[in-house]
Amino acid sequence: MLLSELTIGQSARVESVIDDGGLAARLMEMGIIPGIELRLIGKAPFGDPLEFELRGYRLSLRQREAECVTVAP
Amino acid sequence: MTTNLATRTLTVALLGNPNVGKSTLFNALAGVRQRVGNYPGVTVDKKIGRLTVDGQPFDVVDLPGTYSLAPRSPDEMVAVDVLLGRRSDVAPPDAVICIVDASNLERNLYLASQVLELGLPTVLALNMIDVARARGVQIDIQQLSRRLGVPVVELAAHRREGLDRLKHALAHVSQTSAPQPLSPLPEAVAVEVVQLSEQLNANSSAREETRQTLPRYLVERLLIDAGGYTEQVLLADVAQWTNRAAVESELAAARSRLREVGCPVPAIEPISRYAWIGRTLDGVIRRPSQTPKSKGDVLDRLLTHKWWGVLIFVALMVVIFQSVFSWAVPAMDLIDGGVGWVSGHLERLLAEGPLASLLIDGVLAGVGGVLVFLPQIFILFFFLALLEDCGYMARAAFLMDKLMVHVGLSGKSFVPLLSSFACAIPGIMATRVIENPRDRLTTILVAPLMSCSARLPVYTLLIAAFIPQRALLSGWVGLQGLVMASMYLLGILTAVVVALLLKRTLLRGPTPPLVMELPAYKWPSPANVLYRMGERGWAFVRRAGTLILAVSILVWAGLYFPRDSEQVEAPLAPQTQALTAKAESLAEDDPQRAEIEDELRELQNQIDAAYVRDSYLGRVGRAIEPVFHPLGWDWKIGCAVIASFPAREVVVAVLGVIYELGSEVDPGDEESQTRMTAALRSATWEGSNRPVFTIPVALSIMVFFALCAQCAATLVVMRRETNSWRWPLFAFTYMTTLAYLGALITYQVGSRIAG
Repeated sequence: MLLSELTIGQSARVESVIDDGGLAARLMEMGIIPGIELRLIGKAPFGDPLEFELRGYRLSLRQREAECVTVAP
Repeated sequence: MTTNLATRTLTVALLGNPNVGKSTLFNALAGVRQRVGNYPGVTVDKKIGRLTVDGQPFDVVDLPGTYSLAPRSPDEMVAVDVLLGRRSDVAPPDAVICIVDASNLERNLYLASQVLELGLPTVLALNMIDVARARGVQIDIQQLSRRLGVPVVELAAHRREGLDRLKHALAHVSQTSAPQPLSPLPEAVAVEVVQLSEQLNANSSAREETRQTLPRYLVERLLIDAGGYTEQVLLADVAQWTNRAAVESELAAARSRLREVGCPVPAIEPISRYAWIGRTLDGVIRRPSQTPKSKGDVLDRLLTHKWWGVLIFVALMVVIFQSVFSWAVPAMDLIDGGVGWVSGHLERLLAEGPLASLLIDGVLAGVGGVLVFLPQIFILFFFLALLEDCGYMARAAFLMDKLMVHVGLSGKSFVPLLSSFACAIPGIMATRVIENPRDRLTTILVAPLMSCSARLPVYTLLIAAFIPQRALLSGWVGLQGLVMASMYLLGILTAVVVALLLKRTLLRGPTPPLVMELPAYKWPSPANVLYRMGERGWAFVRRAGTLILAVSILVWAGLYFPRDSEQVEAPLAPQTQALTAKAESLAEDDPQRAEIEDELRELQNQIDAAYVRDSYLGRVGRAIEPVFHPLGWDWKIGCAVIASFPAREVVVAVLGVIYELGSEVDPGDEESQTRMTAALRSATWEGSNRPVFTIPVALSIMVFFALCAQCAATLVVMRRETNSWRWPLFAFTYMTTLAYLGALITYQVGSRIAG
């Protein structure tokens, strides 16, 4: 499944980060590496962007960015 | 201790992620001994502070906060270039302080691992150690230091704890020889880097005078950053001394070899670094097995909540605006009074003439007109610094992102644009948080369309004079208030349209991704907030001051010269003399004397107005009156609008002079406003008794001021933030065009409706 499909409070493990632009590198620099666990903390009003917790800190991504990451619950 | 007289000043670079307290540390180390300049060609500030440890002086270079040393823009390139000693304006660093957030060590060590590859003497500063401890995180400092091969120091910079340890560690490492570069990348990558290095740098010795080499770290970047900004820049760089095509084909070959051995670029870099971080921290860091729900979490739930979050945000913004306007009033009055006091004194001290007029009407009036907005600017900077320091700013961007995406921008543009309702200057300076250059430029270009407080005097004067006090919707809305609100709305709607247009034409590009850290909440540090407010406020005064002065003097000269007294004053001289003589013949308390003095004053105002009419600017105004005709303006309005180029609210004073009231028009003062209103209402077109000011004309002037860029300070700040005159020129042109068209439509449509 995609990272963007998590429900609030749900955790999942990253499987891959797919993007041919510079986005994948950027997400990976921020710590979104295969094997790492992410949790969806909440969503902004209107449902976007999303707030995640990973590696002990909070990161915000839009749906679009979260769609580049596949995860396994 | 031995004193070495020939002690050389050492350079130390200070580097860290955003939100880790780097500025706090920089200020704690350098105190007030800092110089701020700029690196040519980029918008990054060059901040260098002086620090002395045991008699050894250090220049501390504060580098912009970054998550990674893989530059994506010229601004991000600055840090890499400084660290590698590739900039001619900063000495190559003798040491590096890498500051990390101890409560968020995993991600922070990513940057540290890149720094360790540079082979520079380094100190790792574990900041916010108190926060980490409070969360139950334990870090084995000795073990970490042994694994990294550099000293590790615990720090709580905001409490000034650990500073001495850090200074001594710095003094120590700067005396030792550089450590071996530590690279967590696989052997295969290292081999390719060496090979590529040899190929690149072999040819460079061919011509001794242009001998250039690419440092190992940049060769690695060239290899890894496939298709990125660094690749472009570095390829252009090496093309100066070697065959670009050969390098490109070698690059492609090297990357495909790496892919075959399971090391695909660019992914291999973050994977290897995070794997190394995992190994490094294993057994070094101990976290409590069950993280207790912190107060920050509860707060975050509330502040980013669907309804509560938005409600709190709106309330916060209302409070801030209320404060900006109400707190600023006493200080503004004080400045106003101060400027008035000085000009009063000057008037008494100096003989009437060009010098007195230059100082009073040119310098003081012009600079005072901008100075009076300083309290608002400072208060706004204060709140912006406060929001940033406590970690709320990122939440505001988070909350408003979706809304701003519709305009083609991101949530980060919201607060800068909102600030521009008080004043565009702090708004434009606050755009630095927007890392995408196109988004940032768009925000800068539309920020002056937000109705700032300098427009208020213009709106107030014209609305009070020409818009009838009529209640609409059974008393809920007043017509005057409605007109005022429409001016604000006009600015906002225009900004939306312009932003959308810019993002589809001039500044077109893919939507930049949002990858934004939401930093942990913390109590703002008063020292930090005040420091940042002062720093930004003075930066504005310093940068804009001289230019505003110059523009004010130019406009003054335009309104003052040629000052042909033969032509203007001489015909009225007999009348003046007769009245003066008559006044002097009467007793001090004779009621008739006051009458005559009034008459004299009116005569003087008439003379002043005649001088303006005859001035160069007045002549220009009259010559180009046909340009203003379609807007319903006479030459006087046109002239006042031109003269208000330094600052919008100046138009009120100039109208005052032209309409023979003297320049002391204060829209806040009822008496002076009534006189001004009466004068405007009775103004007629020259040579006829047709009134100049009608409702359509008043509206057309307001629309013009809502959309125009008549503010020299904004344009100067824009030039500073975009690093070229091109963008302020563009903003001035497009806004003036829009303002003219808006005024034209308003008048043409309005006068047809009004008949």
